[in-house]
Amino acid sequence: MIDHWVGHHHSRLESPMFRLPAALKLGAALVIIVGTVVARPWWVGWFVGAALLLAVTVVLSRIPPLFLLKRLAWLSPLVLSVALVNAVQPAARGSWVVVAVKSTICLLTVTVVANTTPFSKILRVLRRIRVPDLLITTIALMHRYLFVLAEEAERMRRARASRTFTRRRRARWQTLSTVVGQLFVRASERAERIYDAMCARGWK
Amino acid sequence: MHIPDGFIDGKTAATTVVLSALGVGLALRQVRRRLPPRRVPLLGLAAAFLFAAQMVNFPVAGGTSGHLVGGVLVAALLGPSAAIVVLTTVLIVQCFLFADGGVLALGANIFNMAILGAAGGYGIYRLVCAGLPGMRGRVAAIAFSAWCSTVLGSISCAGQLAWSGTVAWPAGFTAMATVHILIGIGEGLISALAFLAIQRMRPDLVNESSGPGQPGVWGEFARYGLLAALGVAVFVVPFACPWPDGLESVAAKLGFEHKATEPVLAAPASGYRVPGVHWAAGATAMAGAAGVVVVFVLALVLARSLVPEPEAHGRSNKP
Repeated sequence: MIDHWVGHHHSRLESPMFRLPAALKLGAALVIIVGTVVARPWWVGWFVGAALLLAVTVVLSRIPPLFLLKRLAWLSPLVLSVALVNAVQPAARGSWVVVAVKSTICLLTVTVVANTTPFSKILRVLRRIRVPDLLITTIALMHRYLFVLAEEAERMRRARASRTFTRRRRARWQTLSTVVGQLFVRASERAERIYDAMCARGWK
Repeated sequence: MHIPDGFIDGKTAATTVVLSALGVGLALRQVRRRLPPRRVPLLGLAAAFLFAAQMVNFPVAGGTSGHLVGGVLVAALLGPSAAIVVLTTVLIVQCFLFADGGVLALGANIFNMAILGAAGGYGIYRLVCAGLPGMRGRVAAIAFSAWCSTVLGSISCAGQLAWSGTVAWPAGFTAMATVHILIGIGEGLISALAFLAIQRMRPDLVNESSGPGQPGVWGEFARYGLLAALGVAVFVVPFACPWPDGLESVAAKLGFEHKATEPVLAAPASGYRVPGVHWAAGATAMAGAAGVVVVFVLALVLARSLVPEPEAHGRSNKP
């Protein structure tokens, strides 16, 4: 299940996109996203240009196209529900197409950058633009232990699934939330160990 | 509830970014000043915990499933400022690493889930706690405020989409509120049960930093409450207010009056606001109030069934 979430194992790919400086990629992505969000529906040239640029970067980055398609499929329920709501109101008919195009371009931009840039480099750029230290420390720690805890949650879920055979609804809620509670306890115990380890290595 | 890019327009994105930046800035300052150093790593771990906990799906009616947002749970465990920092971190990582939620929509998502959801929900939690002392009161408060925070966040999200002109308010509000009233029940149930489970395993974690006796939290909360109220005033009130003139004048000011000249709604939802806007808005408000009361009573019943004895006997403190 976690593999489904983790896009960034593609970031080990060797590709021309991968070698570009992170600040450049992030800056370009921000320009594309801001431009796309504020673009009026009739700025067709902007949308076509952004789409072409994205197509070139996707080819250069050597990200498997199937992965990108899977990622895009996540967006479809949201776009579909906007389309459905707009279908009942004649005034806004067609605006969902604009929403679909805009969100697709932005999503692809972020996905391409995320999968060609190591997270530590993104953090370094964030530090350079003066994002507060406390926030960066928290983000870095979260990124470091994200996969550890996600795997722990998956192991706990599997262990419960193989031991509890009840189909009763109440027991199912109880089980779910015990897993959540246990996860928090383990996370905070790990945090205590990490703090000791950080102090032992001369933090602050 | 993660809004992707392209669903909200420039002005909405700018407004939400300013509101969220203010809120997160305040929260960071507060955390730096108050949180003991040994709890700093806990922020990152709590964020990782939330991310992992959000992968645990629970069933919602009709075969769909929701997942925990966990804002109120984290706020009840760590306090409102730390909860804002934790949720912001989760949203930033989800946005940059998994493209879940947009970059320009980050402000809106932080506002809905961290400031309105976690800090706003925490305000409700403390209010209920003040009225209902003891562990029973805390469990009921968590269940109720987690439900409130989910519904509030979804309504604010509908307001942002409406302000952006993506989804008209009546349809967006009806859809978002209906779905999240159901999801909120799951959120409340899991938050309360998980809180109790943590209390049973490690009572010290529950009582350390968020006990009802904590001084100064009200002042801390008041600033977030102000921000949340400001956002709600911008996103929700223009659409939800019962006076049609107000709605139209706002529409005219914002320059989308051409949309308002045509009928906003076709047949399916026309009963909602056409015949008497005053009456319809009043009816919605009444139904909303009744729903809130029902959920509050449900939360009380839940707490009563989960926490066996009032702790005058000191029994619930045993592990």
